[in-house]
Amino acid sequence: MEPGPLHATLAAAAAWLVIGAAGLIRPRNLALSSRFLFPAGAVVGLVLAAAALEGVFSAPRSLVLPLGLPDLPFHARTDALSSFFLLLLGAVAVGVSLFACGYLRPGEGTPPGLHCLYYHVFLASMALVLVADDAYFFMVAWETMALASFFLVTSDHQHAEIRRAGYLYLLIAHVGAIAILLCFGALQAGTGDYTFDNMRAVQPSAGYATAAFLLALFGFGAKAGIVPLHVWLPEAHPAAPSPVSALMSAVMLKTAVYGMLRVTLDLIDQPLWWWGVIALALGLVSALGGIVFAAVQTDMKRLLAYSSIENIGLIFAGFGLTLIFRGFGMGALAALALTATLYHCLNHAFFKSLLFLCTGSVLHATRERSLGKLGGLIHRMPWVAWCALIGSVAIAGLPPLNGFVSEWLLLQAFLLSPGLPQSYLNMLVPVAAAVVALTAALSGYVMVKFYGVVFLGQPREPKLAEAHDAGAWERTGLAWLAAMCIVLGLVPATVIGLLDPVTRALTGHGMASLAQGWLFLAPLQPERASYSPLLFFAVTALLVALTWLAVRAFYHGHMRRAAPWDCGFPFQDARMQDTAEGFGQPVRHVFEPFFRIEQHVPSPLDARPYYREVHEDRLWYWLYLPVARAAEYATSLVTLLQRGRISVYLTYSFATLLVLLLFVG
Amino acid sequence: MISVPGLVAQFAVLALAVLLAPMLTGWVNQCRAWLQNRSGPGLLQPYRVLGKLFSKEVVLAHNASPLFRGAPYLIFGCLALAAAIVPKIGTDLPLNAAADAIALVGLLALARLFIALAGMDVGTAFGTLGARREMLVGFLAEPALLMVLFTASLISGSTSLATIVEVLAHKEFVIYPSLAFAGVAFTMVSLAENARIPVDNPATHLELTMIHEAMVLEYSGRHLALIEWAASLKLFVYSCIGLALFFPFGVAQRGDWLGLLLALPVLGLKLAVGGFLLALIETLSAKMRIFRAPEFLATAFLLAVLAMLLHVLLGG
Repeated sequence: MEPGPLHATLAAAAAWLVIGAAGLIRPRNLALSSRFLFPAGAVVGLVLAAAALEGVFSAPRSLVLPLGLPDLPFHARTDALSSFFLLLLGAVAVGVSLFACGYLRPGEGTPPGLHCLYYHVFLASMALVLVADDAYFFMVAWETMALASFFLVTSDHQHAEIRRAGYLYLLIAHVGAIAILLCFGALQAGTGDYTFDNMRAVQPSAGYATAAFLLALFGFGAKAGIVPLHVWLPEAHPAAPSPVSALMSAVMLKTAVYGMLRVTLDLIDQPLWWWGVIALALGLVSALGGIVFAAVQTDMKRLLAYSSIENIGLIFAGFGLTLIFRGFGMGALAALALTATLYHCLNHAFFKSLLFLCTGSVLHATRERSLGKLGGLIHRMPWVAWCALIGSVAIAGLPPLNGFVSEWLLLQAFLLSPGLPQSYLNMLVPVAAAVVALTAALSGYVMVKFYGVVFLGQPREPKLAEAHDAGAWERTGLAWLAAMCIVLGLVPATVIGLLDPVTRALTGHGMASLAQGWLFLAPLQPERASYSPLLFFAVTALLVALTWLAVRAFYHGHMRRAAPWDCGFPFQDARMQDTAEGFGQPVRHVFEPFFRIEQHVPSPLDARPYYREVHEDRLWYWLYLPVARAAEYATSLVTLLQRGRISVYLTYSFATLLVLLLFVG
Repeated sequence: MISVPGLVAQFAVLALAVLLAPMLTGWVNQCRAWLQNRSGPGLLQPYRVLGKLFSKEVVLAHNASPLFRGAPYLIFGCLALAAAIVPKIGTDLPLNAAADAIALVGLLALARLFIALAGMDVGTAFGTLGARREMLVGFLAEPALLMVLFTASLISGSTSLATIVEVLAHKEFVIYPSLAFAGVAFTMVSLAENARIPVDNPATHLELTMIHEAMVLEYSGRHLALIEWAASLKLFVYSCIGLALFFPFGVAQRGDWLGLLLALPVLGLKLAVGGFLLALIETLSAKMRIFRAPEFLATAFLLAVLAMLLHVLLGG
């Protein structure tokens, strides 16, 4: 068999493993990792992206690897779906690895060599999750991914809160993994053959299929951060070093989306439409809940983590819509919804990793993660600030950048739904579209808060005056991701051509034949809806340039610098600007029932007044703490048996023997 | 899809909209003056203000960033494009294929994002206060506007503005309950988005009650002129969206040159009536507390969602 994209992918994964292992040669040598190994990892990412690009358009290829247990070899396969996600992984890894070259500093947490090992094992395991073609290989890769990311999250394990975040992450990852394992058990339908080929071939009964879907939703949902399984995300993302947060948010969450798509649209052949309703509802709740919580955050990485929950929610909403359309046999619309879903996966991967890396640069320059102590960094760190602006506009879903394209496609899919045979489903659709629109508008609010508080205004702390811009490696990584955000926004018709084989394989319909050339995006007929970001961008740029030229030509350019006006108030200082809490207050006020708020408001007579406010997730008290208490109670029952005296244990053995004899005799 | 005469017509419409938009603001102010028993400054006052601001020196805060200086141009460009793509006198607009109703909402949101960021740039108390309030108004008004446009696009089966207007202009005359709800929602949204009473007061001098004005306090000279002009354009754009959705009669079809000539005075008349009604609403209502604004806008949003539901329920 001649080498193809599958071989290239496996070679890339192996190369990442080798690079990681090479970090162990001299674990404390920073130069080795940051000057040789991480750049090499970036090159591997580029190769992987190129191979995956070819893989999207080539026929599925599979391979039995000479690895695994004696009778249970690993099966690997690439098809359009896995190639698409490999492309995402490779392209994001390029930017993040380049950034990481400059991000590693001496004397921080884990030694650089070890960090290099975990990082590259993490990358390789994600690639292997995407090519795995049997449950055994998939679970091995999945668990490797979870463990590698756990060690990355706990890089600064000296801090108790980081250890706690890592524990929570590991716990939820493993509860999810059990569900995925059970899901594969339901899918093989008693044949005992755990290859994906077999799962495609056998048709489990509707009951088993539903059980498999629900287990997959639980397992992959836990990894993706769907409400109510999202609580680990805002803990783990801030704890991890920024390149790792970027990779986890951008790619690892997408492997869960991949798993969901693989199980429901490929392995189970006939999904039922009401599964889609569940996915849609969960997605919408996550989207709205995520963005509302993002609005009240005061830690920039927590804010971005909640925004990831929002975006994953939108992705699941699109996925749910795909299932609904597919369940009713409306293939073309299912393809449209799936295109929106996949496009959003790609977009979120780029803008979220870009923003996480920007927060990393800010963190390095200022040692400050709290939004309340930042401000005015556009003057000190212009490069990071402009890249973050691109990311913020993209994530707010505004034209002409990439976030808008997927939002547009998703809303189009919603608008076309009122042809569904179920009348009450038809009525739900306007509500769902309204939630999506509200979420998109709120994400604009959140991004103004994030960008305005961090980069604009006056520095809130004196030490910010010493902040420095990112180094050359970091700039390159940021520029790569920012450029991808722009490109994905401007040439959507080309990108849809790339998604076409995937939707064709999963829904039997493609979108490419309907796109009107490379300039216009018109998913159905051009008179129904069309959008041309290039033209849009060109005209806006032309109008802005014309305005500028006209103003310059007709009027003098006199300008004077003075103190800020601020209505003539002379004692203005940085603390009079809105803080992050202040900026989030209106959203907290409007969505008050979402939060569990603890507030201490000083009375006018307090000698030492202080104001304190804590927002917490109600789910933590409604769901997690009861479950934790139940688990503790159950374990305390076990301790009744466990007496620690050998005579008691011998009595147990004797009793067991007696009971067994009773049965056998 | 794009023809040269079409492009010429498109840019002519754009230039006309940009040049005449301040007059609409002047007309609304004039009507308000009449209703309040004042004589009023005349229709051309906004032009005089713009001329004055353009010829003044720009006084920039020490710590204003390039974003602060660039934002007025970007905001002006966005609103000019928005003015170009809303069908006003004809539906044969080549740029319509580039941006549909959703893109129009996105364009307005882009302008809002930048004006809010510019408000936060200098880092004054009033600037950030204004930015926060503007985004508060925006996050409820934007989805409401989108839902209004969705109701119209469900009726016409398209999100292209030209097709929506063509379908709505040539349907038989029946009152669509969904459009009635959408109309109320749209009126509320446009009052809020254009910083009008009862949500905001464009003529206020009291900083604590400001929304829009608070954000642009730091601007002066040509930058302020562009922002003021963009605000006029925004009022013009919203008026045209309202007319296109709810009173589309008189808009010329593709290739109908005679209709085009007739459409221009019809548009002027419709805008004049609309401007008078706006002045009437502003005169008859009192400004509400800022904390009530979310309730007002949430009502608009729910009405717009109801409009969509009604369309699905009743099929009209």
